[in-house]
Amino acid sequence: MNNYNTIVIGGGPAGLACAVKLHKNNVSCLIIEREQYLGGILKQCIHDGFGLQRFKEKLSGPEYAERFVNEVFELNIPFIVNAFVVSIEKKDGYTINVSTVEGIKTYTCENLVLATGCRERTSKQVEIHGSRPKGVYTAGAVQHLVNVDGVIPCKKCVILGSGDIGLIMARRLTLEGVKVEAVYEIMPNPSGLKRNIYQCLVDYDIPLYLSHTVKRTIGYPNLEAVEVMEVDEKLKPIEGTEKIIECDCLIVSVGLIPENELAGRIGVLSDARAKGARCDLDFETNVEHVYTCGNATHVNDLVDYVSESGEVVADAIRDRNDSERKLIDIEVKGRCAYLVPEMIDVNKKNNKRVMYFRSNKILKNATVTMKVDDKEILRRVYANLRPPEMERIVVDYPELSENSKVVFEIEEAK
Amino acid sequence: MKELTCIVCPNGCELTIDEKTLEVKGNKCPRGADFAVNELKAPSRTISSTVKTSFKDVPVLPVRVSKEIPKEKIFEVMKEINRVTVDKRIKSGDVVIANVLGLNVDVIATSDILLNEEHYGKH
Repeated sequence: MNNYNTIVIGGGPAGLACAVKLHKNNVSCLIIEREQYLGGILKQCIHDGFGLQRFKEKLSGPEYAERFVNEVFELNIPFIVNAFVVSIEKKDGYTINVSTVEGIKTYTCENLVLATGCRERTSKQVEIHGSRPKGVYTAGAVQHLVNVDGVIPCKKCVILGSGDIGLIMARRLTLEGVKVEAVYEIMPNPSGLKRNIYQCLVDYDIPLYLSHTVKRTIGYPNLEAVEVMEVDEKLKPIEGTEKIIECDCLIVSVGLIPENELAGRIGVLSDARAKGARCDLDFETNVEHVYTCGNATHVNDLVDYVSESGEVVADAIRDRNDSERKLIDIEVKGRCAYLVPEMIDVNKKNNKRVMYFRSNKILKNATVTMKVDDKEILRRVYANLRPPEMERIVVDYPELSENSKVVFEIEEAK
Repeated sequence: MKELTCIVCPNGCELTIDEKTLEVKGNKCPRGADFAVNELKAPSRTISSTVKTSFKDVPVLPVRVSKEIPKEKIFEVMKEINRVTVDKRIKSGDVVIANVLGLNVDVIATSDILLNEEHYGKH
């Protein structure tokens, strides 16, 4: 009884939405989750604002996740928790070896969905010198401590990086009586959403220093202060701008990267721009029968789109036929940071396909086009495009062939 | 002229409001105009936090206010939230503090986390 049509690895918002839709599509599936409970990162995102697009309500993270988790319970969709995928073998479909509380278990499936989410970049991945004192955390680690474990880890903190989780934790810690000295961002523009700058920093008079970075930690075994410096246009610290800020905690919020360790081991290729698994318009990767969705594909800023991509996968699996795949790459030009999906299977029907992109620069009146063999099939003008804000488009592709040239371009207003 | 960022939805429109005429510019939808006017007259926010519980498996339970509260009451409401210890296995949406500080707003649980044992069994 360990055979399923589809196995979904990851019980966060992408995996849950995918599994619920698969079940409704009459496709048998199993969710494998390594944590104790389903819900993924949303379990610790207690702030509100989730689900505005999908439910037209401002939900907290747990409320959003539990809408799907409760469906999993009600529909009796099989899942296992405390289960860690150890290895995946490819033979007559996929064989998945899972470490569980009852020992190693083996499952087989025809289709595999990698809904493994993303991970935080750590202080070791940005250049911070000094000893390794206690008191240096990623924003997500602090979020778990405060919102799940009920532990307030500090009295006075400095935040490096203006990512959304860092901004949200600045507010959260302030509410719990922690003094948040400041947020330092190495880039000349904030990396979090504007509304979070406003409601998390401006509301609480927390200063944001752009073009500034933390260069060194001071103190051992406990953090006592950090040294901050201003940086030039090339992001190089400017000598003479050193400032020492006393604090017992440094929170690092310097970005997220899709998690694709399992994907890599079975030959799934990653995209250099989006950093996640490359996929076609069904979110099927270069490896047949292996799908990607949610933050494992690219880091989304709204969970609504994470769920949406899980559902696209579920419908693709329902409609799957085993015609030969012919993949072509979409060429990306101009001011585009990334476009997802990156490929098209020209043998599939590709009408009305959801795609996501970001610009690599703040742009006003930018023109976005999609061309097939120099013929425009989509054109949109955006009053504003900002790298922190992902955009969603629906593209209706004509019939394509192996030789079709598909080009996506973001042009700056002249 | 006052400059604000709308926090109603993820668009985050950059708004300006004329303090005298209350004319709002930069909003893509009517909710943005309402937000700007409220922000000038009586700014309000929703807040999310956690309350302590008496259960070992779930040390804290996520909560939020059921409606927006006046911005200047945020820290007073936080004080009330931090006074509470939940000792029943309540569910998402259940009231933790009714009519907090007489603001006609409840503090409600936002997770079924206390019912996890029911769904997942004991570990």
